[in-house]
Amino acid sequence: MIEVKNIKKGFDDKIVINDVSWVMQTGKCNLIIGSSGSGKTVLMKCMVGLFEPDSGEIHYGGSDFLTMNTEQRKELRQQIGMLFQGSALFDSMTVEQNIMFPLDMFTNDNYDEKLKRVNAVLDRVNLKGVNSKFPAEISGGMKKRVGIARAIVLNPKYLFCDEPNSGLDPQTSLLIDKLIKEITLEFNITTVVNTHDMNSVMEIGDNIIYMFEGLIEWKGSNKEIIFSKNQRLNEFIFASEFLQDAKDMRMLEMKGKIDNNRNMDELLK
Amino acid sequence: MDIFTQFGRFVLMLKGMFSKPENMKMYWKEFMHQCSEIGIGALGIVVIISVFMGAVSTLQTAYQLVSPLLPLSTIALIVRDTVILEFAPTLVCLVLAGVVGSKIAGELGNMRVSEQIDALEIMGINTKTYLILPKILASLVVIPMLVVISAVLGIWGGRLAGTLSGILSATTFDKGLVIGFHPYNVFFALTKAYTFGFIISSIPAYYGYYVKGGSLEIGRASTKSVVVSCVMILFSDYILAQLLLGGSPSG
Repeated sequence: MIEVKNIKKGFDDKIVINDVSWVMQTGKCNLIIGSSGSGKTVLMKCMVGLFEPDSGEIHYGGSDFLTMNTEQRKELRQQIGMLFQGSALFDSMTVEQNIMFPLDMFTNDNYDEKLKRVNAVLDRVNLKGVNSKFPAEISGGMKKRVGIARAIVLNPKYLFCDEPNSGLDPQTSLLIDKLIKEITLEFNITTVVNTHDMNSVMEIGDNIIYMFEGLIEWKGSNKEIIFSKNQRLNEFIFASEFLQDAKDMRMLEMKGKIDNNRNMDELLK
Repeated sequence: MDIFTQFGRFVLMLKGMFSKPENMKMYWKEFMHQCSEIGIGALGIVVIISVFMGAVSTLQTAYQLVSPLLPLSTIALIVRDTVILEFAPTLVCLVLAGVVGSKIAGELGNMRVSEQIDALEIMGINTKTYLILPKILASLVVIPMLVVISAVLGIWGGRLAGTLSGILSATTFDKGLVIGFHPYNVFFALTKAYTFGFIISSIPAYYGYYVKGGSLEIGRASTKSVVVSCVMILFSDYILAQLLLGGSPSG
């Protein structure tokens, strides 16, 4: 479990995060959503220690990250995996070397043991035969999967994903979402996802916060978000007419007013 | 950002490099990789510059030595001292500031912009120690070696040009090389090489590590790092000459 308490962060005179408190649950996908500039990336970067908050507390399993010394932080960070927006794979290394890097750095395993682990995580993210390829030689979706493989290779307790679907087609996005969800459940980790992708929200959003101008505007789950009366949230999530219709349809389904397994071909005749 | 803030941040970056390595084997691997990148990567240009620099020195010295009272072996003496005292350490390091410096700034800048440095931080790795320290140490090891190679090749180039153009014989050149040789000059050249080696690696590392923005800013940081490194090399060249040679003719 991760808990942030009264986090504040500003740059120069601008307050970006204003008194945010939130509990992220273990074994669940915790989503931070919000439009660009709402402070969601800054909040995530504060949580992983890339930014130092101006005030507040960040608890990882009860220990406050902000009061830890350098060594304690290093130890904790080995339990954290992160998938970056641009994947952040090391350009000069092959896929295998990228994933093996944390093992090289933090374990004393021999090469065969490390290779076995690398192949196991590559298999887990449904990637095979790409060990010797360089990041420049694989697609965006594959890069994301390699990023996830690298993030989970040390069996982390916490997984952070910064906009995992950015730049991906809807089908690949769905695969990445499913993968994040499966990994979260399989390894019982606390996953925090920063996204503004509507599909992700509906597919994996167990515990969601909607941020607006540095504040938490709404909290809930993907089941509750459809029924939300928050105007800003509705405008953000269901921005297009198509999505608004889809929302209405889903609401009717959930209320049992239309058949969930309806045959659209029949209805369209 | 004013110059004092920049300098303060530069000093803090250097201070931040000194922490316990997470895995000594990986750091050693990175250090060796940087030695190869900097040393082998720049060897070609150093060889070319050094040979031509020595050759041109011989031809120009001969052109200016018109007095029949001066023995031809003086040409070798002048070429030797010019190459050891100034050309090999300073000229070669100015070129290396461009070759090595832009590479370091570009590499770190790209890693910063593409969040690779953040990825390393998240893993619990001190990025200053892992990324910057091996580059500085490798430069301190490899650049003095390149300067020594450059001095040897520069003198050889001068000898070659002298004999090929018929200005002086190889024997005369060799005789001139040992006249009035001060080993202190080699010490001076190496002191300059270590100082310049530090400048060539640390300043571009600073500009690359703290780059903000995108590819345009990486290019700007790379250019700025080369300009600042060159200015610092020339400035410290003057300071070292003043301190170590003290203006006296014999050193």
